[in-house]
Amino acid sequence: MSPPDALLHAVDRPNSWIGRARPREQAKRHAAGGGRFLDDLEPPRCLHAAFLRSPHAHARLLALDVTAAASQPGVFRVLVGADLDPVMTPWVGVLAHFKGLKSAPQYPLARGRAVFQGEPVAMVLAASRRAAEDALPHIHAEWEPLPVLTDPEESLAAPPIHAELGDNLAFTRTAETGDLQAAFARAHAVVESGFETARHTGVTLEPRGVLAHWDPAEERLTVHHGTQAPHMMKEIFVRHLGLAEEQVRVICPDVGGSYGVKIHTYQDEMACVAAARLLARPVKFVADRLESFQSDIHAREHRVHARMAVDADGRILAMDVEDLTGIGPYSVYPRTSAVEGNQVVNLSGGWYTMDAYRCRLRVAFTNKPPTCQYRAVGQPVAIALTEGLADLAARAVRLDPAEFRRRNLMPDGEYPAKAPSGVPLEGLSHQRALERLLEIMDYPALRRRQAEARAAGRHLGIGIASFIEVTNPSAMFYGVGGAPISAQDGCTVRLEPGGSATVASSLTEQGQGAEAVLAQVTADALGLDPARVRVVTGDTERTPYGGGTWASRGTGIGGEACLRAARGLSENIRALAGAVLQADPATLDLRDGAVVDAATGTGRMTLAEVGRLGYMRGDLLPPGVQPELSVTRHFQTRQYPFAFANGAQGCLLELDPETGWTSLLKHWVVEDCGTLVNPLLVDEQIRGGVVQGIGAALFEECLYDADGNLLNGTMADYLVPMAVEMPDIEVAHLCTPTAESALGAKGAGEAGTAAAPAAVMNALNDALAHFGARLTTMPFTPQRVLAALDAAGATAR
Amino acid sequence: MKAAAFRYARATSAAHAQALLAEHGEDARLLAGGQSLLAALNLRLSEPAILIDIGRIGHAAIEARDGRLRLSALATHAAIGRSAAVAEAAPMLAQAVPHIAHPAIRNRGTIGGSLALGDPAAEWPACALALNAEIVLASAARGERRVSAEDFFLGLYSTACAADEMVLAAEFPATAPNERQVCLELARRRGDYALVGVAASAKLEGGRISGLRAAFFGVGATPVLAREASRAAEGATVAEAARAAADALGRDLDPPGDPTTDGATRLRLARVLMRRAVEAMAA
Ligand SMILES: Cc1cc2nc3c(=O)[nH]c(=O)nc-3n(C[C@H](O)[C@H](O)[C@H](O)COP(=O)(O)OP(=O)(O)OC[C@H]3O[C@@H](n4cnc5c(N)ncnc54)[C@H](O)[C@@H]3O)c2cc1C
Repeated sequence: MSPPDALLHAVDRPNSWIGRARPREQAKRHAAGGGRFLDDLEPPRCLHAAFLRSPHAHARLLALDVTAAASQPGVFRVLVGADLDPVMTPWVGVLAHFKGLKSAPQYPLARGRAVFQGEPVAMVLAASRRAAEDALPHIHAEWEPLPVLTDPEESLAAPPIHAELGDNLAFTRTAETGDLQAAFARAHAVVESGFETARHTGVTLEPRGVLAHWDPAEERLTVHHGTQAPHMMKEIFVRHLGLAEEQVRVICPDVGGSYGVKIHTYQDEMACVAAARLLARPVKFVADRLESFQSDIHAREHRVHARMAVDADGRILAMDVEDLTGIGPYSVYPRTSAVEGNQVVNLSGGWYTMDAYRCRLRVAFTNKPPTCQYRAVGQPVAIALTEGLADLAARAVRLDPAEFRRRNLMPDGEYPAKAPSGVPLEGLSHQRALERLLEIMDYPALRRRQAEARAAGRHLGIGIASFIEVTNPSAMFYGVGGAPISAQDGCTVRLEPGGSATVASSLTEQGQGAEAVLAQVTADALGLDPARVRVVTGDTERTPYGGGTWASRGTGIGGEACLRAARGLSENIRALAGAVLQADPATLDLRDGAVVDAATGTGRMTLAEVGRLGYMRGDLLPPGVQPELSVTRHFQTRQYPFAFANGAQGCLLELDPETGWTSLLKHWVVEDCGTLVNPLLVDEQIRGGVVQGIGAALFEECLYDADGNLLNGTMADYLVPMAVEMPDIEVAHLCTPTAESALGAKGAGEAGTAAAPAAVMNALNDALAHFGARLTTMPFTPQRVLAALDAAGATAR
Repeated sequence: MKAAAFRYARATSAAHAQALLAEHGEDARLLAGGQSLLAALNLRLSEPAILIDIGRIGHAAIEARDGRLRLSALATHAAIGRSAAVAEAAPMLAQAVPHIAHPAIRNRGTIGGSLALGDPAAEWPACALALNAEIVLASAARGERRVSAEDFFLGLYSTACAADEMVLAAEFPATAPNERQVCLELARRRGDYALVGVAASAKLEGGRISGLRAAFFGVGATPVLAREASRAAEGATVAEAARAAADALGRDLDPPGDPTTDGATRLRLARVLMRRAVEAMAA
């Protein structure tokens, strides 16, 4: 890690808490087993839900008889689609700014037809989850299988899954800048390749869950929900239950990981909320692991064909990309399933200068579960295709991959700039990031080691990948399209009478440390120990309005709102202290829990004294002074649609050409996310992200047969990356703060996931190149590696 | 998913367990380490009426005596891995342990449970077959009997252990002076069931291999003894034997495919392991 002084930023002061790597107080409770997750909640009269899910990927429901199930022991009611009609309206996952995006109405329970395997069809409500599961086999459902579409290309030519939509093309968009034809015409070399990323899913440690309760006396709905965005979910419940917003409250208990899985409208969860409204009893549902694999959003089923034109000096002239993605039978509400592909259009090639660019996206409906935003949304695809082409082009002009990037990465210091797609970029450090990466990898030494190993019959591969990461999105991301998704966050900071602080923020805690960040930012502005800052999140009634956790925005947006609120409070505290001390507030500062003279550091009064004066002893205050010891501020970015972060990753692996096994030996990340509030948390975000990216590259895939049946619905056959296979991950930082905020923080939550697959792919292909082989279909299973070697005519003996 | 309801009885001795088995027959399952059974119950793949917990009947001893290594049914994978007697008398078993699941599972899972389950991708059945172990079975009706490993694994999750019987122990012949034992496997992730694995023993004398017994796991409905490979390797130098045994494997194995690894790839990987196993014998 770089020394802390390299990270010094304008907000740093001698007693600063911003920039300090420290374990978070909030983790102690979890470490001690004191977590309180959704499944720990069990109110009186609670009903437990279990769902009959469609065994078919596409089938007509000929008959559905729940009478036998309804009379099983412990069963209170069995509900089918029509039962929920009186209380809930369907939803459609489209947004106005994605022109032409279409989808069909989605109901909490399938109506007459199921369009993916695992779609909920009927719901048993019983005294326990076991009793509900016991009753499931007693539901009589008769199905007529219908043609199943699992392949996006075939789907585009097939009759529509939703007849009223006309075809299966959910969305298409082409971005084009510059003169593509001319650029390709003057190319010294053109490289091209297919790339495939596999459909995979988020696999949160805690599965999805909801506990809904309708209070008929107050006519209020309270939903405990394992979600990233309680305010958004509240609006969705309001809309589709036909309630007024003051009738709905959403509360997040502890949430055990999200990665984007827990920010969507799920049929089973909506059915629980509707049932609670209908029956006026608490209804609880926690997905089991099989249900998670069947019904959590999936992501990243992309099939890409891309070309890159370079001149004789190895300068990129143009890129031309075709992306096809299969999203399942619905665009997911309310964020839509167009965003992932749209990111590929916006971001591909986004760190290189070139004259012309084109990317065409096609988004196809299929009969697999819906896909939507999962950590790093589209970025792993955009980065893999770009960096894969970069390595091919480097080889075509006989340049080392590092040198090729040096020649093509956007120059530092020439910002603002635009990505080839036209997306504006505020300020990035690609050239420095690359040099720093090569330095921490000791790149020349690695290449020597590789040559020595090869002489000894061992096959090392070295891969690098530069990248940008979308962070701090503005209202241009979703709000502009009409979604109830707030790009701003609010924060209230309150001084307590004993001199501590309480923070209420619209951010949410998923285990990533958002609360620790808020505590540190507040501590910094108030000169308080972070242990004296209590943070409240995850309750629509008790926190300011805001977006929550998504798109690497918590620290950048919610942290800035918090900084502004805490600074506002600091001003008020100093004004009050100044009035009492008869000092100019501008000469006062807050340090170590006290108001001090800024010039000398001499203590004038403690924050506890300020609190006591402000709240209890108005009698001692000068006339006219009204202490304001709570301050609320909101923040959203206005100038740029995103504050891009950037960086570079490196991978060293060893290939066993006899077995097709790849062993990861080491991984490096250089990340520039602007101001680091807590470097420890950032490093762990990066490392966790890299691990998920490695999962995509080597292990994870939701496998379906041609009939749309899930083939790997357990943790034994869906391979998540595990510790033993993970390499040591070294992380270094650069710091280019965003100028849009005082804090200067950009996001860092997705960088690891975004670029790790590209780095691994390039390393694998570096090793395979020795055999004349190449592989660009993820995950890189041993069998695929062997097939690539065979195709190149390399014998593995 | 939640397990379906079941009754529970704790056996106080092996005889008690056998009596309970005699009483409940097909409706009962023995509960040893629970590391396979509980997962099956929770997936509702198995819905026995009663579980007979044998966790407290003792029978966890590991003893080497008279040229035999006796592993009692409730010896855990971890205990076997720690045992000096095992490392000396049957080094293949010690090599196998790190490949079995993860430490927490090895602390509870038992050799008796693993043999009785007969998972074709598991290590212990293959080791038992390679070393020609004897499985000691006992029932209230018929008392004790011994079945050699070659006759014990009958099909997918199917063994010679009858519904009213329990596995009491497995007995392995202690390794001979010129014998070499190797256990190798390929798994996508450490601790996963093997994609392909081999447990092999042979005599190495004067640089030549004889009496090769290579049991492959993860390649069929049961562990498979590679008899053609053994024949091909007989009397050959290590390098020759390694190559010949690997080449002959096509006549021994016809592995099934799974969604990420087809049968041909499995066979190819088995050949690599065969060669490496024989080569490792000389190392
Ligand atoms: C994540 C995970 C990974 C795993 N990976 C591996 C692996 O790589 N390799 C591997 O070999 N195993 C693996 N296992 C399984 C583990 O080794 C089990 O411990 C073993 O298969 C069964 O032993 P047990 O004592 O836990 O038996 P239980 O689960 O208690 O019982 C299994 C079956 O055997 C029966 N049974 C148990 N004891 C006896 C007895 N004495 N006589 C007759 N019948 C009996 C039971 O009735 C039941 O049908 C894994 C398990 C998990 C959870």
